[in-house]
Amino acid sequence: MHRRTILKTTALVTVASFALFGTAFAENPVLKIGFVGVTSGPAAAWGTSNQRSMETRAAWINETGGYDIGGTKYDVEIVSFDDQKDPKRAIAGMEQMAQAGIHYVVGPNVDDGAAAVRPVAEQNGIMYFPYAFPKELYTAPASNAVLGMVANYQSGPAIYKYLMDNNGVKKVAFVAANESDPLSQRDSGSAAAKALGLEVVSDSVTYQVDTTDFTPVLLPVIQTAPDLLVLSGVSPANAPQLIRSARELGYAGLISTETAQDAAVLQEGAGELANGFISVGGASTPELASEAMREFVDRYTKMFGEYNDESNTKVYALEYILATMAANPAAIDNVEEFKKTMDTFEAPNPYMVGDAKLKYVGTTSFGQKRQVSVPLVVNTFNNGAFETLFVAQVD
Amino acid sequence: MEQILANGLYLGAQYALIALGLTLIFSLMNVLNFAHGQMYVFGGFVTYTVVAQWGLPFILGLVASAIILAVMGALIEVFLFRPVIRKSKRDESTMLLAAGIAFFLDAVILLLFGEKQRGVPKILNGVFNWDMRIIMPYDRILILVLAIAMIAGFIALMQYTKAGRAMRALAQDRMAAQLMGVDVDRYSMIGFALGAMLAGLVGGLLVTITGINLGMGGPTSVKAFMMIMIGGAGVISGAIAGGFILGMMESIGLTVLAAYGDITYLVIFASLMVFLAFRPQGLMGKPWG
Repeated sequence: MHRRTILKTTALVTVASFALFGTAFAENPVLKIGFVGVTSGPAAAWGTSNQRSMETRAAWINETGGYDIGGTKYDVEIVSFDDQKDPKRAIAGMEQMAQAGIHYVVGPNVDDGAAAVRPVAEQNGIMYFPYAFPKELYTAPASNAVLGMVANYQSGPAIYKYLMDNNGVKKVAFVAANESDPLSQRDSGSAAAKALGLEVVSDSVTYQVDTTDFTPVLLPVIQTAPDLLVLSGVSPANAPQLIRSARELGYAGLISTETAQDAAVLQEGAGELANGFISVGGASTPELASEAMREFVDRYTKMFGEYNDESNTKVYALEYILATMAANPAAIDNVEEFKKTMDTFEAPNPYMVGDAKLKYVGTTSFGQKRQVSVPLVVNTFNNGAFETLFVAQVD
Repeated sequence: MEQILANGLYLGAQYALIALGLTLIFSLMNVLNFAHGQMYVFGGFVTYTVVAQWGLPFILGLVASAIILAVMGALIEVFLFRPVIRKSKRDESTMLLAAGIAFFLDAVILLLFGEKQRGVPKILNGVFNWDMRIIMPYDRILILVLAIAMIAGFIALMQYTKAGRAMRALAQDRMAAQLMGVDVDRYSMIGFALGAMLAGLVGGLLVTITGINLGMGGPTSVKAFMMIMIGGAGVISGAIAGGFILGMMESIGLTVLAAYGDITYLVIFASLMVFLAFRPQGLMGKPWG
């Protein structure tokens, strides 16, 4: 009797377990989206904010029942790969995504990584959303890369023009880290400034990313007395130190960059010396952020302990991928369908107030729509927080 | 010119302090500690946590960095390097172990402190300005003075204390020191702890100026290796000289060569290669080790 009871109970538990697991797995099919970017080393902040933005949004979607694509609710799973800012590893990461059957990947974060993964992505039918600026990635015959943010050659001229008109800026100096991204951003920024009629008083000074004292770096730049000092492609790690050194050397002019920054990092590293610093951000300032943006920030903070302001721009890539699939469910495993949809795709932008839209742009810069339309929000830093200086749209 | 010299002196003092810990460990145990930069970063994050997050005075942050890194160094020596050195006669075993510890500490730092750049508020406001010839913020002057004081304290410790004499004896001839009654295990542990503590202290000092981030460890180790190669590996005075020479070269190069792009380190590396071709043991090292 006793043995029979045990057998019955075991059988019941086994059946129940199978039933429960079966139910759990049957709840929603899983849609895998990849991320290949840098989440370790000096530039870890760039990729980590990407990955965490995606994970936050995925958890949010899954918690609320999944994402509706063609009448089927999908749970979203983020598959991440740390490329350590190394193009060889970025290729390995993209190959891993291909082996996992993933067709949509966010990243890589830097120019050389994004260029390196192009053949793998094109051969394996992967659309990827790099945070890298080389135009060849987005110009035909290339067609699988979609720029995930506003490029410096789009934001730079807008910022310089604004400062010429509103602050009387006439002389500009550029300083950049001795790496491919910042150097190419410096060159295009300098060219744009000259095209606008600005006098470029210095654009040859560079620094190593591991510099611990920027005083000797900035001394020759400050001696040229620019009205505007542009920190081309500056990483959030270096920005506070550069600002602080410039101010301590007595520089009283404007300082700007075309990269996204983090308010907490600026406050800790430069304090009030960073007041007035101009950078590019997303829709996090109170006057622009929608209820969904506030909830995203709240969920991100709860998940990871601290929000990163860079995520204001990085929240968008996953949203674009999913919304485009929702517009054309055949794109879920067919990037050619995705590409067809991009030309006409339009959906409400959930993260901004007003009637802002999600749509693909880039025709002016690349001759085809290979850029997500994120608002060009130019911020100034004041007393620990960003304030919106102006908002523009890119095409 | 005065500004270039002042910048070089400031850079040199912090570099010398970083190199001291590395050369101490090398001289005592013949270990190239690739994790030295990560220890520097860890020390910076400890000071950041104590000062910026807990709101305690900066000096407590420095003390916490010193203690935690000293304990970490002692544990690494006792549980990792000592058994490997005992079991393996091949130098690359300790090098691989050191590289592994560096990767491990990188991962621990990412988990504990996150990926963001961190910094603590300035400990002194104001800028010293001598007729526009030397411009130096007061906090940098303070860090310069503290770094020089620490270097002097370290030299005094090595010269005038029993532990310092024992460590110097170990560095000169491990076997002879053992035969003379020096407790090799004990002083190896103390030496490693002291080296790690120095790395942590520099991290703590510089977090007020340069801030700290996850990626600073590797480049810091590379610079520290350059300094001890210039001065002579395993020689305390060589590490100090190497630090000041590198700091001065960097300051002069960044000013004089600025118009030609970022070729300062190219010139420094090229000079170092030529220098080592003629004097591979460094300025103060001995050709036999």
